[in-house]
Amino acid sequence: MTVQLKDSAKHNKTPADREVLESAVVRFAGDSGDGMQLTGAQFTVSSAVAGNDLVTFPDFPAEIRAPVGTTFGVSTFQINFGTREIRTAGDTLDVLVAMNPAGLITNLEDLREDGLLIIDENTFQERNLKKAGYETNPLEDGSLAKYRVMTLEISKYAQNAAKAVENVEITNKESVRTKNMWALGLVLWLFDRDTVVTKERLEQKFAKLPDIAKINVAALVAGHAFGETMELAPGASAYHVPPAELPAGEYRNVTGSQGICWGLATGAHLAGLELVYCSYPITPASNMLHILAGMAEDLGVKTFQAEDEIAAATAAIGASYAGGIGVTGSSGPGVALKTEAIGLACAAELPMIIVNAQRGGPSTGLPTKTEQSDLYQSVYGRNADSPLVVLAAHSPGDCYYMAVEAVRLATKYMTPVILLSDGYLANSSEPWSVPDVSSMQPFGVTTTTVPENFEPFMRDPKTLARPWVVPGTPGGIHRIGGLERAQGSGNVSYDPDNHQEMTDLRAAKIRGIAHDIPEQTVERGDAEGDIAVVGWGSTFGPINRAVENLRDEGLSVSHVHINHIWPLPANLKDVLEKFPKILVPEMNNGQLVNLLRAEYLLPAESLPKVSGKPFKVSEIEDAVRSRLGENE
Amino acid sequence: MNVVTKLSPKDYATDQEVRWCPGCGDYAILKGVQRTMSDLEADPEKTVFISGIGCAARFPYYMETYGFHTIHGRAAAVATGTKLANPDLEIWLVSGDGDSLSIGGNHLLHLLRRDIDINYLLFNNEIYGLTKGQMSPTSRRGTVSPSSPRGSMDAPVHAIAFALGAGARFVARTYDVAQPHMIATLKRAHAHRGTSFVEILQNCIVYNPDVFADITDKAVASDHQIHLEHGAPLLFGKENEKGLRLDPRTLSIEAVTLGENGVTETDILVHDETNPVLASLIAKMAPPHLPEALGVIYCAADAAPQPEKAERPSSEVMAERLNALMRMGHTWHVG
Ligand code: SF4
Repeated sequence: MTVQLKDSAKHNKTPADREVLESAVVRFAGDSGDGMQLTGAQFTVSSAVAGNDLVTFPDFPAEIRAPVGTTFGVSTFQINFGTREIRTAGDTLDVLVAMNPAGLITNLEDLREDGLLIIDENTFQERNLKKAGYETNPLEDGSLAKYRVMTLEISKYAQNAAKAVENVEITNKESVRTKNMWALGLVLWLFDRDTVVTKERLEQKFAKLPDIAKINVAALVAGHAFGETMELAPGASAYHVPPAELPAGEYRNVTGSQGICWGLATGAHLAGLELVYCSYPITPASNMLHILAGMAEDLGVKTFQAEDEIAAATAAIGASYAGGIGVTGSSGPGVALKTEAIGLACAAELPMIIVNAQRGGPSTGLPTKTEQSDLYQSVYGRNADSPLVVLAAHSPGDCYYMAVEAVRLATKYMTPVILLSDGYLANSSEPWSVPDVSSMQPFGVTTTTVPENFEPFMRDPKTLARPWVVPGTPGGIHRIGGLERAQGSGNVSYDPDNHQEMTDLRAAKIRGIAHDIPEQTVERGDAEGDIAVVGWGSTFGPINRAVENLRDEGLSVSHVHINHIWPLPANLKDVLEKFPKILVPEMNNGQLVNLLRAEYLLPAESLPKVSGKPFKVSEIEDAVRSRLGENE
Repeated sequence: MNVVTKLSPKDYATDQEVRWCPGCGDYAILKGVQRTMSDLEADPEKTVFISGIGCAARFPYYMETYGFHTIHGRAAAVATGTKLANPDLEIWLVSGDGDSLSIGGNHLLHLLRRDIDINYLLFNNEIYGLTKGQMSPTSRRGTVSPSSPRGSMDAPVHAIAFALGAGARFVARTYDVAQPHMIATLKRAHAHRGTSFVEILQNCIVYNPDVFADITDKAVASDHQIHLEHGAPLLFGKENEKGLRLDPRTLSIEAVTLGENGVTETDILVHDETNPVLASLIAKMAPPHLPEALGVIYCAADAAPQPEKAERPSSEVMAERLNALMRMGHTWHVG
């Protein structure tokens, strides 16, 4: 929930005659060729540098070059930024920038009444209107009356600004393409930001194309200047969003993909191992392969683009076998192909990490839309009894810490670990207090120490993990494989009692991890109450904000968020039993809810959503109110 | 371990009972490989045998080296990851025809084109043994099996032609009971940097007995085999009285007899293992009209450079670099 732009009771005028806001939600919407992602990313950086807390949500089509002007070719970037703590990308928009009719028609319903609508009227010609599905021109038919509309000739202004730059050789097309920067300049002005950071970034980005850099900067500056000199309609004003009060530290903006990659590298460093990342291109996981490939030189990260998903998983196993930390990253359909290999890692008891950036499914499903429907696949999705560890990150910054945790558990317990993120987490970003790696405790992993009376499947009495002795180690020769191994010697064994014992040991080893992970806490609210809203993964933001709002209303509601999906924290049952009602919002058709019911026989109730979009705060609020018999 | 005295072939055997059917060609291959290890003075602690699934894939359990029996078809990918993480290891990969050319065909293709330094032993018995005798991707047309009771209709994959097509840079063929020849071939494979692909014709005595008898039987061997030697004329027959000649009109190879129809030794092709065109011509020769080529069919002249094990920076340096990486771009201070 964001503060209404014109809710003047909460606002003070700044000296510059700007309205002060606690937070605002802005969405840039345009054709996928209009550069909306770059625009949003730049606005994000300047908001971060201005000290706001923020959450972003980029949303783009599955088609690489969708036909221009169509609704399915619309690309958007949403940012919620504020002086208060921001937890979601925002339910409704305060400002919508629509670069074309398709961008308007597909996004208008999210703009709140009286919200600010900035439109590039140059794109509202008959052809584009028809492509977007408009029968009449919305700029003329009165259908936008409930919004505050600024129709501007953005394309033309941008082109003029670009063409006014002297001594550059540019095409007409190139000059029109600066319209996103013109719009950005205007929005920066609207929120009391200068253009310095963006200028720097443009000059960096187009370092090899100085003419393009110049015309983009010109358009940016022109848009900003347009704001300065524009006469605002009566009652309208520009805004100022003061910096947020964040804990002290050095901050940066981080996406979930960055968080995971840096976390994996940090985990490998703490384990003293080489990170070997094996992957096959798939949306929305490919970004991790790109980021890690860029870390080869300095950080010794090895990346391997395999011939398929199975090869990526098995090569990761091979890498761990040889004493690296083998990681494979993918999304649901790719992980489905890896499952036999993951079973081998369970059987051979080798460390392995599988990162799943979940997306809408089944099958190819919705490649660019978010979902969290691979919980069953992660916990149960292999042949036979093959328990492993499942972790779920809940925010872009948390991705880092969960990736570190994945390496810790995989190497300490000689087990595959599935780390769940999703399309939303992978691409969205938030300000993040950058940790100091040199102050982190090493894991103390050994790979070349041969214990006394070594046998490959002897076990540490505490962790039940087998020793990790890699090929090349003197005095450690042994063989492992996917055929059932005799407890201790590891020799092939078809003995029925041994299979029972090994199955029990594998299960006990994973179950025991419940005592080596943080205790479950209540994220927000009291340890007892009328209802607990239980979430996992990227639903953290909307649940947390909804619970905060409901508590402000006086309702007895608490937020419990589970990061360790399997094994579940040892005290989770005790935590949940303090609440007569349990509601589990998930971006799937009800998976964690069944896991909780199966494990604890608790009356947990599902709140599913699979629209490819994150939960709105209001959706969770409404659901909780109805469970508590409150009227909305 | 410092190998002080040379290990004998027996030292490369484990205490595990070998569980192949009596008379299986795999026994001979195991013996040949153990002898090769001994001759090469291979360090068992730096040697790894990796296999997929199938009769052949039990191999690592019988080698007193490091070993990993993986899953069906994926040994090439596992070995790739192993080599990637530790280039110092000497990796031998053991796989059957179904494992390599059916379920694992894609991985073999990519291993070969990447030319990763692994010795790949394909035990070809032209049948699925472990699953009780179904036709395999290398089974000849007409092979009667439980899954092809009226004879298989599929054209077989030709292992060597497949390897050459995939860009393999070392390709050789030998067979199970040809001990000295096998050992010599394996040593060549070992010496080659890059993926060394060796097809070993292997007799499955239970489900496909004598499928290679036309090549390996003593009575026909000299006429149906040609032993390749780099730089030597391609001669065969009991008295080396036969040879191979290129028919320039059809760009094919024909078998000729010296002295007959005016054929002299100058007409006979000379084996050049670095010539990929010649390799592709002799690879597919088969009795009865032409002899089966045995030995090194192709060995690229220029071995590709192989990665070496990199020194890891110290823990302090790594922490510094991670800290620096995470602070690249825009950062700002609060408080
Ligand atoms: S089935 Fe054939 S290949 Fe397998 S062990 Fe028996 S004889 Fe050998």
